[in-house]
Amino acid sequence: MDYVLLLTQTLNGLQLGVLLFLLASGLTLVFGIMDFVNLAHGSLYMMGAFICATLTFATGNFFLGILLAIPVMALLGYAVEFGLARWLYTRDHLSHVLATFGLILIFDTLVQIIWGEAGIVVPLPEWLDGQVEILPGVVFPIFRLLIIGSGLSIAAGLFWLVNYTRLGMLIRAGASNRTMVSALGIDIQMLFGLVFALGAVLAGIAGMLISPITEAEIGMGNGIIITAFVVIIVGGIGSMKGAFIAAMLIGLIDTLGRSFLDDAFKLFMTENSAETAAPAVSAMLIYILMAIILAVRPQGLFPPKVR
Amino acid sequence: MIKKALLGTLAAAFMASTAHAAEVKVGFVTTLTTPAAVIGKDMQNAVNLAVEHMGGKMGDLDINLIYGDDGFKPETGKQVTDKLVKQDNVDFVAGYIWSHVLLASRKSALDAGKFLISANAGPSPIAGKLCHENFFSTSWQNDQTPMAMGEVLNQKGVKSIYVMAPNYAAGKNMVAGVERTFKGEIKGKDLTKWGKDRQLDFSAELAKAKASGAEGIFVFYPGSAGGAFIKQYQQAGLTESLPLYSVFTVDGLSLPKLQAANFKAVLGSQTTQQWDPSLDNDQNKRFVADFKAKHGGYPSFYAAQAYDSMFLIKSAVEAVGGDLTKKDEMRAAMKSASYASVRGEYSYGNNNMPIQNFYLREVIEDSEGKWTTKVVQTVLEAHQDPYAGECSLN
Repeated sequence: MDYVLLLTQTLNGLQLGVLLFLLASGLTLVFGIMDFVNLAHGSLYMMGAFICATLTFATGNFFLGILLAIPVMALLGYAVEFGLARWLYTRDHLSHVLATFGLILIFDTLVQIIWGEAGIVVPLPEWLDGQVEILPGVVFPIFRLLIIGSGLSIAAGLFWLVNYTRLGMLIRAGASNRTMVSALGIDIQMLFGLVFALGAVLAGIAGMLISPITEAEIGMGNGIIITAFVVIIVGGIGSMKGAFIAAMLIGLIDTLGRSFLDDAFKLFMTENSAETAAPAVSAMLIYILMAIILAVRPQGLFPPKVR
Repeated sequence: MIKKALLGTLAAAFMASTAHAAEVKVGFVTTLTTPAAVIGKDMQNAVNLAVEHMGGKMGDLDINLIYGDDGFKPETGKQVTDKLVKQDNVDFVAGYIWSHVLLASRKSALDAGKFLISANAGPSPIAGKLCHENFFSTSWQNDQTPMAMGEVLNQKGVKSIYVMAPNYAAGKNMVAGVERTFKGEIKGKDLTKWGKDRQLDFSAELAKAKASGAEGIFVFYPGSAGGAFIKQYQQAGLTESLPLYSVFTVDGLSLPKLQAANFKAVLGSQTTQQWDPSLDNDQNKRFVADFKAKHGGYPSFYAAQAYDSMFLIKSAVEAVGGDLTKKDEMRAAMKSASYASVRGEYSYGNNNMPIQNFYLREVIEDSEGKWTTKVVQTVLEAHQDPYAGECSLN
């Protein structure tokens, strides 16, 4: 097989994986640790894209747009926790699903009212819009490399935050026994509000990073959020490490499936049926993976030790 | 805006029923939610403009317009059509952006004896085996526009292409269309996921296209997916090495957004189409000028076809002097395509699909600095779709 194509597709897979991790890490914090099912996590991804797009046009600089959008996302996340999630922690998951589904409709309509239905194309600075030759023959868009780089740094930062800081310790402790933590004089409400805001920022960053590639558009999070749920289920609910590995795995499987499945099918099928079957099967690949993992390890690949 | 339109139609319906004014009821099904709402909105603007140009009347009858939102889903499209036909008892059902939505909805409208007018979708079965005397199109059969592009590729001497399209009824027709006329080699093909959770990141496919060694790339990505595709195509650095030949991808909807973000790669790119804002006829000049005055930008081809659909209906209503029970005469009037179309003159084939010209268009900057398209040449003249022979109508 052509090594140039294989390497390019691996990088493409990594880029998708990094993006999925940014989404899934927020879900892991909120769902895995606070036990709150937030279907509207994808809406936060969308809001990140739109807010960043507006700020990019206002400031004329994509990086300023991102920098200014991050605190806005944190406030928005905190507002969602304060206004909605906080009242539902003691209720069952079905109430969470119902309330956050309503939130999706509200966010989609809000975007339609504020920004219209057309969507926004986000311009990149010129030096980011080009390509770079990584190895002889392997030419890759600079911006996608930047996504991989920033995603990996954020992953490292999260790992440090959760495992080596006092805040991380409190998050972990609050997840195992919130009553005990609050008895020790910790404001658990505030803590969960912060965690929710952090999740919103992570989702928002994912949206900001993807918008120069696709576009900021209504409902952009509703499809990818399903994949993000697959990621946390495969990785083990509540495990940051699991989310990271599963995101990379799924990013790679999805991309490599789309790239090479039709060629693989052509080995034992007619060209015509391979071309029909391959897109359908490659769209299913990640769900097939999830089904297999649920059958073999129902708790996911890397379940957290204490729950 | 949707609410206003709904309220307007409700109010109109109420007033109409109290005053017993004679009216013609038109149901218009399009996509008013999801990202594809941008297309539906453009069609809605064009339909409203058509009604305005008609002074709210077709002959002596008041126009009662009812919009339906298919939500980009075949099952919702069918439900909306059922509602328009059964509950509102409309005389005409028009609209339909998506081939899979039209295929799911056609039976509801046709079985109830209504006229069904597609203002965009043109799936192959509806032109062939499933053709129907009460179905008319103001657009094209899906294969035709890519067939025109195939001819252009032959004329340019392109030897090989890579093909990409979404994986649904129209996407498959588009691929089949270009394969019908293109004489060179197709080096590879990708059908990507479509619908509400459609795939918008084409990195893997673009890498394959590049590695295939093809001389050009042919794509079909309607709506906002088109803008996404073009950006990634530019970001991947393929502008020079893999020239882009597209259908329904670069249009009046994506160009203003691409211009706002200064994506210059799209200037000079070429697409084929049966209509263009620069076509020189009175109806088109009035349509484009008034649309621009009202909405600030050029109408898309979706808007042009939606505008035509209303005038086609008007020609039928006027031919029978407002007596909507005379179905045969209305059908004959529509079949003659004698109204003023924004694309200029055309005729209908046995399957009620247009027999019309297809043009090669190029993206340019107009005198006001707005990005738009202009006609470069006529590629196919009075072209009939390849499925007409499978249709049993005469």
